[in-house]
Amino acid sequence: MLPRWVLVPAAIGLLLFVLPLLGILSRVPWSRFPALVTSDSALTALQLSLRTASASTVLCVLLGVPMALVLARGRVPGARVLRSVVLLPLVLPPVVGGLALLWALGRRGLLGPTLSVLGVEVGFTTAAVVLAQTFVSLPFLVLSLEGALLTAGDRYESVAATLGARPGRVLVRITVPLVAPGLLSGAVLAFARALGEFGATLTFAGSLQGVTRTLPLEVYVQRETDPDAAAALSLLLVVVAVVVVVAVRGRRSTV
Amino acid sequence: MRLRALPGLLVVALLAACGAGGGSATGATSNSPAERTLTVFAAASLKGTFTRIGEEFEAANPGVRVTFSFAGSSDLATQIGEGAPADVFAAADEKNMAKVTGQSLTAGDPVDFATNVLEIATPPGNPAGVRSFADLARPGLKVVVCAAQVPCGAATETVERSTGVTLAPVSEENSVTDVLGKVTAGEADAGLVYVTDVRGAGDAVTGVEFPESSRAVNTYPVTALKDAADASLAKGFVDFVSGPQGRDVLQDAGFGAP
Repeated sequence: MLPRWVLVPAAIGLLLFVLPLLGILSRVPWSRFPALVTSDSALTALQLSLRTASASTVLCVLLGVPMALVLARGRVPGARVLRSVVLLPLVLPPVVGGLALLWALGRRGLLGPTLSVLGVEVGFTTAAVVLAQTFVSLPFLVLSLEGALLTAGDRYESVAATLGARPGRVLVRITVPLVAPGLLSGAVLAFARALGEFGATLTFAGSLQGVTRTLPLEVYVQRETDPDAAAALSLLLVVVAVVVVVAVRGRRSTV
Repeated sequence: MRLRALPGLLVVALLAACGAGGGSATGATSNSPAERTLTVFAAASLKGTFTRIGEEFEAANPGVRVTFSFAGSSDLATQIGEGAPADVFAAADEKNMAKVTGQSLTAGDPVDFATNVLEIATPPGNPAGVRSFADLARPGLKVVVCAAQVPCGAATETVERSTGVTLAPVSEENSVTDVLGKVTAGEADAGLVYVTDVRGAGDAVTGVEFPESSRAVNTYPVTALKDAADASLAKGFVDFVSGPQGRDVLQDAGFGAP
């Protein structure tokens, strides 16, 4: 039972997404497309993007699941402040995120000297790309999982606890299976966001083929001299993101 | 109740946005002699100098307001090609100017008004002890350069080819300002930027000049555009930039004569 006028702004909103996509399609040089997306630099960038986005998704799960649990179930003081902090990377301009990472972990950053002593230099490495991507993707995982946890409620957990299950067992046997779909969709969102990360990566990690130049950075470089290649690679990026999101989300809706 | 107001709000917001845009557009094309506006698209590396030249031009031409759009030459050339309302275009290299002349968007031939050469920028005091271009190839030294696709990167490649020194940079940035940023942040031990960037950065970097830089001289052309709102004003600005007053400002900033 929706009022019919809702359709109008909804359609305009949809158009705002669809039109730019059509814009990309209109600029893709179809005859050169196969050659452009299989060029050495394109494949290197795609591979690096898939590798780093996967790594940062794993990091997001490892760090984000406990964070979401603490936020939703932890009853810690200041949870609201904590939630705002988790949200921060979502609202920060990516370049600010990159600078913040630089000032924290760069050579002259807060932890830079300490890291140097340990023989670790993050700047200009693939690890820096993963860190930048994790920084911007983590909120997606934490928020969707927290939402799932709140929706699921803690009824089954309480029952399990009264039956004598220890907290660790409750977590593994009850909580995690209960919110598995939420965790999956959160992880997919995080992966897609990591795949598209640009500003923080460029600022924090730099841009070097095979090491830090992910697909979005490759698009940015190609745009200078070869707009055709930039268009083809943009489409490639969109397709990869859509395939990932549809594959996982589509499967989830049939469960 | 609140939801019912939503479409109305949307329309109001759209109208407000369009109204604001339309308002400034009519301001820009206004023909009143009291206030004429000149829109200059200029390469990012010209920001400091052109801002000053713009002020001097306004002082010399009462009633004229110069507004600038500073960005990478390639972006500006694309925007002009897509119909951006620019009166004058100043590029950081001839290649990007050629994109605009190639589409017959200029009024007359572009005028070369300045040159720029590369210089090594290091963190203050040059802690890594870089003395020459060849030093940049030293193993373990973190060097940042421009990507070959952008003018400063093309110049870097030219110097590499002519000297036979092959650099192994840790990053190839998209703009000279990004290279400078990595050096001033202390992340890189050295970066290749323009002489003017080193001078503009002041104490934030230490510059190391190298003789081989003369093998890759970057020439800056400026031109009035065909669709300029006021052709004579646009031409006047081009003459001003390439004339003695413009030359003075550019020379102060480290630019060479064309």
